[in-house]
Amino acid sequence: MERYYQPEIECASREQIRAWQNERLVPTVKRVYENVPYYRHLMEEKGVTPDDIRSVDDLYKLPFLTKEDLRVAYPYGLLAVPLKDCVRIQSTSGTTGRRVVAFYTQHDIDLWDECCARAIVAAGGTNEDVCHVCYGYGLFTGGPGLNGGSHKVGCLTLPMSSGNTDRQIQFMCDLGSTILCCTPSYAAYLAESICERGLQDKIKLKAGIFGAEAWTEEMRHDIENKLGIKAYDIYGLTEISGPGVSFECSDQHGMHINEDNFIPEIIDPKTGEVLPEGSVGELVFTCITKDAFPLLRYRTRDICVLNYEPCPCGRTHVRMSKPMGRSDDMLIIKGVNVFPSQIETVLLNKGYPANYQIIVSRENNSDKLEVQVEMTPEMFSDNLSQVSAREKELVDALKAMLGIHAIVKLVAPKSITRSEGKAVRVIDKRNLY
Amino acid sequence: MTIHQISVFLENTPGQLAEFTRLLEKAQIDMRALSIAETQDFGILRLIVDDPYKTVNVVKEAGYICSITPVLAVEITDKPGSLVKMLTALSDGGVNIEYTYAFTARKKDMAYMVLRVNDSEKAVKVLMQNQVRPVSQEDLAGLFED
Repeated sequence: MERYYQPEIECASREQIRAWQNERLVPTVKRVYENVPYYRHLMEEKGVTPDDIRSVDDLYKLPFLTKEDLRVAYPYGLLAVPLKDCVRIQSTSGTTGRRVVAFYTQHDIDLWDECCARAIVAAGGTNEDVCHVCYGYGLFTGGPGLNGGSHKVGCLTLPMSSGNTDRQIQFMCDLGSTILCCTPSYAAYLAESICERGLQDKIKLKAGIFGAEAWTEEMRHDIENKLGIKAYDIYGLTEISGPGVSFECSDQHGMHINEDNFIPEIIDPKTGEVLPEGSVGELVFTCITKDAFPLLRYRTRDICVLNYEPCPCGRTHVRMSKPMGRSDDMLIIKGVNVFPSQIETVLLNKGYPANYQIIVSRENNSDKLEVQVEMTPEMFSDNLSQVSAREKELVDALKAMLGIHAIVKLVAPKSITRSEGKAVRVIDKRNLY
Repeated sequence: MTIHQISVFLENTPGQLAEFTRLLEKAQIDMRALSIAETQDFGILRLIVDDPYKTVNVVKEAGYICSITPVLAVEITDKPGSLVKMLTALSDGGVNIEYTYAFTARKKDMAYMVLRVNDSEKAVKVLMQNQVRPVSQEDLAGLFED
């Protein structure tokens, strides 16, 4: 029997969903126009006024927002309510080292928590479950989102945060965790560690909710087999709220988008034109229920397809496919957004040449980032410890910029292939899409 | 009172050193000593050669990153205990050795220590006070003549 957190919303008729979207979109656009000068300028440039937006059919008239806009408007430029009404900030990495910050009122957090609660219930969660959250807590939305959702459902919540695998496993065994929430790569690592220690019989897990990075069906089966659970995908982004923008149900053919809060569109990433139903293109979201940070037509850069066919689970909200790729060069490594331009900035700041290569691989289900840099006469010394110290300096600077560890490999000059046209800066060996 | 060492950056992969020595062979460069300090990814090759300037030109021309480093070379008798004596003198004089390696020449019963120190001037002074005169670039050439 499929269970729902909010059946009246999750299983509402398509007409009802459309009606909600229409009645929420119109005032949101008006409010943003009045309170967010940055977006009002964009609308004026396009010659659009709030009066032009009468229903979802008019959505295409509105200008897009991108991560670049968030960077330019950092920190308060897209805020739609007075700062005193906000109670929380979450953040994600940005293109040039400047982070993207998102603001929440208590109402926004409640809605976000509800979205996550729907995902937990869809994965079989009830108030009798012990929900083990080992997404990172802090500025990252993973921990706070699932933590809030777990509270809403009434699960006994274990706010583990990431890392310290020994303690994770011990608590899992001692406290009988039944639902695991973390990145798929960490789930795979935990699964392996549990098998290595022969503790499969000591754990009580039944489901896992894994997101924040791309993972394959093989990885899903591997985790499911090792832990004896059913693994569910969850999708989200800080700009829109965090995890729970969409989630998988028991049918596991796509993730239901919480359409009562977010209107999805699929566009041609080159022209910006809205594509017909069933097309593969870039996913765009418009927030229609948020107070503080209601982004309109935000381009996610994720390439996917929407499926409006009825789902066997009974939910009526549209399903999005797993992202099949990106329309920009962003990499998601260990759940963290990484842009090649960030790495380039660090290299140039530290006096290295702009000729570099980024190699991303996955070893034992864990992402590995290697940055190959060509040695220069200025960096060279006959003294090994001096060269190593410079190498370490670069590693530290990359860590400060990206938030994750990168392996630096100094290579011989001219050894990185120079291509005729666009340089091949990134080699992603993970084959995730 | 120092001699020229050539330091070269090499990747730590099979064939790199062989390729480099082929270059020296082609240019007919004679090596006196060779030492490598390595990490997992790369190595620093240190060479004492008959003609440092020619070597630098050849090596740079071939696209390698290299530098000329002043190092000390000290002649000691090739028997147990002679190294201790020299090192004790340097240590008493407060000289720190960053790295060192050894070679021999045609002169019987003698060995040569190459030393990279934190303060060459001070090291030379300490050695002279102990009646040890470091080998000069000219001395070095003589050591390999028949």
